[in-house]
Amino acid sequence: MEHLYLILTVVAYGLSLASYLRHLLAGKEIAGRLGTLLLVLGLFAHYFALLERSRGLHTVPYHDLYGSMSLFGWLLAVTYLGLEIYHRQRSVGAFVLPFILIFFLVSHLAPAGRIVETPARGVAFAFHVTLSILAYAAFGLSFVLSLIFLAEQRLLRNRHMGAVVWRLPPLDLLERMSQSGVVIGLIAIVIGTALGFLWVDRLLGTVWYFDPKYAVTLLVLVLYATYLILARSATWRGARASKLCVFNFALVIFSFTAVNLFFSHVHRYF
Amino acid sequence: MEIVLVGLNHRTAPVEVRERVSFTGEQAQRAAAELRSRGILEETLVLSTCNRSEVYGVPPEDVRKSASALASYLSSFHEVTPGALSASLYHHYDRDAVRHLYRVASGLDSMLLGEAEILGQVREAYRVAHAHGGTGPVLNRLFQGALEVGKRVRSETELGTRPMSVASAGVKLAERIFGKLNQRCALVLGAGTIGEQVVSQLRDRDVAQLYVMNRSPEKAAQLAREFGGKTVPWGDWDHSLALPDVIVSSVASEEPVLMRDTVKHAMAVRKNRALLLMDLGVPRNLDPSLADLYNIYLYNLDDLTEIVRQNRSAREEEVPRAENLVEEHVMKFLSWQASVELVSLLDILRTRVKEERAAFLRERMEMLTHFRPEEREKMELLMDELLEKMLMQPAEKLRGEKKLRKKIQNVDALRDLFLNEKDRQ
Repeated sequence: MEHLYLILTVVAYGLSLASYLRHLLAGKEIAGRLGTLLLVLGLFAHYFALLERSRGLHTVPYHDLYGSMSLFGWLLAVTYLGLEIYHRQRSVGAFVLPFILIFFLVSHLAPAGRIVETPARGVAFAFHVTLSILAYAAFGLSFVLSLIFLAEQRLLRNRHMGAVVWRLPPLDLLERMSQSGVVIGLIAIVIGTALGFLWVDRLLGTVWYFDPKYAVTLLVLVLYATYLILARSATWRGARASKLCVFNFALVIFSFTAVNLFFSHVHRYF
Repeated sequence: MEIVLVGLNHRTAPVEVRERVSFTGEQAQRAAAELRSRGILEETLVLSTCNRSEVYGVPPEDVRKSASALASYLSSFHEVTPGALSASLYHHYDRDAVRHLYRVASGLDSMLLGEAEILGQVREAYRVAHAHGGTGPVLNRLFQGALEVGKRVRSETELGTRPMSVASAGVKLAERIFGKLNQRCALVLGAGTIGEQVVSQLRDRDVAQLYVMNRSPEKAAQLAREFGGKTVPWGDWDHSLALPDVIVSSVASEEPVLMRDTVKHAMAVRKNRALLLMDLGVPRNLDPSLADLYNIYLYNLDDLTEIVRQNRSAREEEVPRAENLVEEHVMKFLSWQASVELVSLLDILRTRVKEERAAFLRERMEMLTHFRPEEREKMELLMDELLEKMLMQPAEKLRGEKKLRKKIQNVDALRDLFLNEKDRQ
């Protein structure tokens, strides 16, 4: 059954990407709508693929690296879909879908990673992890949007007007979408971190358990909050704020990879 | 059910001829009504724009006779000698007329390739003609097809997406930066022709507020009235640069009117909100080094002209795709036309067969004296039923099988085969 959902997800995401590309390059509105519809189908299939995988491994998705990556891809798709509907803009789909597809393929085609036996159980822990991954996904989306902003702005300022420039979202909208992504990420990371402390408190009887991940997460939180403030300020609004958003995500990747693998005592895959 | 088109356009007639042969709305209706009342055409539609005057119609009889009568009518209506007009007029019939209209609606026949206005003009001409009863089943179908293909060409090809004039390129750039312009402000410096075109397009996009600055306060007031904006005093940069998102400059000046330091100061006041500067003056009105300032997008006339040039070649590459769509819709129309003609042919055939049956029985009544009247009636009914059955099958097939309708291209040949001279008329 997992195999079926896997194929369905890849097909739906793949066709969604093709439709979004057609929408971007040929300007076909119907292709954009089809891209959204296929993305929704892909999300359902991806959800069931995750569910089947978890059943097969008798664990939750975030207990191994690949499960976490798949969940990241799913939440990235959910966040993107939310922003697409809220901002009524489909031109970005072609840039986001490749990431979703890659995360899904790598996580489901690779052999299952080592399952970490942790005392991690309960609703608070589940929300802590899911919200943290949602925050990373939202920051990831803002990263993609900021990159598009920087590329489009460069083309506009250098007067290199190819076919795609006329199809990309307006700079103003890209900024607003990127900021929306960061707002979602900040809310998710604040609640997720608070739930993490709550869980530590329940498990160890104290919240003052130090892990290097805390410092990096706090830094991520501060830097993204700074981005939100600076993006509306005189000196930073526009390209500078977008560059900061790109830099911030580099730190998120560092937190997601190096910090988890080499420094953190309790965080492994999220 | 043939179609005739007689007209002229920017390719066949110079502007002096085009302006003499153009129709006002009232003239178009009068001409259409007269053409029908004089029996030259049964259905009529007049399409008149600055670049073309065309009359589409369905003639009652021979299509070429109608075309010739139509050409004579046009010369008398516009009081132009037939000799002067004939060199500029083109005549198209049936398939060619359909293709011509579909290319017109798609913007393929326009002076500015792919321009969008023509589709609206075709739609309006059709709406007016339809409202006045000028169109019938053929022109209705023809023009609905034209609107459909025009829309498809615009949505499925790049023919109409990219700006093709300096003014539209400037406004599209503003939309790339700010999105919808209905909450944005614009400042107009000077009163050059291209500047006015840009402002007119900004107005079309419901720009929230327009400010006009001119060295002459009278001229500024006049422009502000014309564009529906507000005037700001010339040189009051501190206030006037703080407000707009777009500045369109077309001032006749030997020296730049806006220098780097002035704009740098203004950007600090406006907290570096993005500013689009369109310098349409020659010599340039704005200091070129403004392009280096943060969040400034500066385009001069050459930049915008280059964008238009790139877009023109991109549009030309889209022509084959647009032509394919046109051809697809031409075939669709011709298939519909053939099916209607076939059904009408079958109707005529049915009537004729019934008449033949009646005549046949009348002639042979003497031989059938042994039949009682009710038996004769019964026999007539049975014969009708048989004939109906024989004709029903092909009629049903024609209605149901699209492929069959496409196969039967030459309805005239069938008409010649089954109908006599009287029926064919």
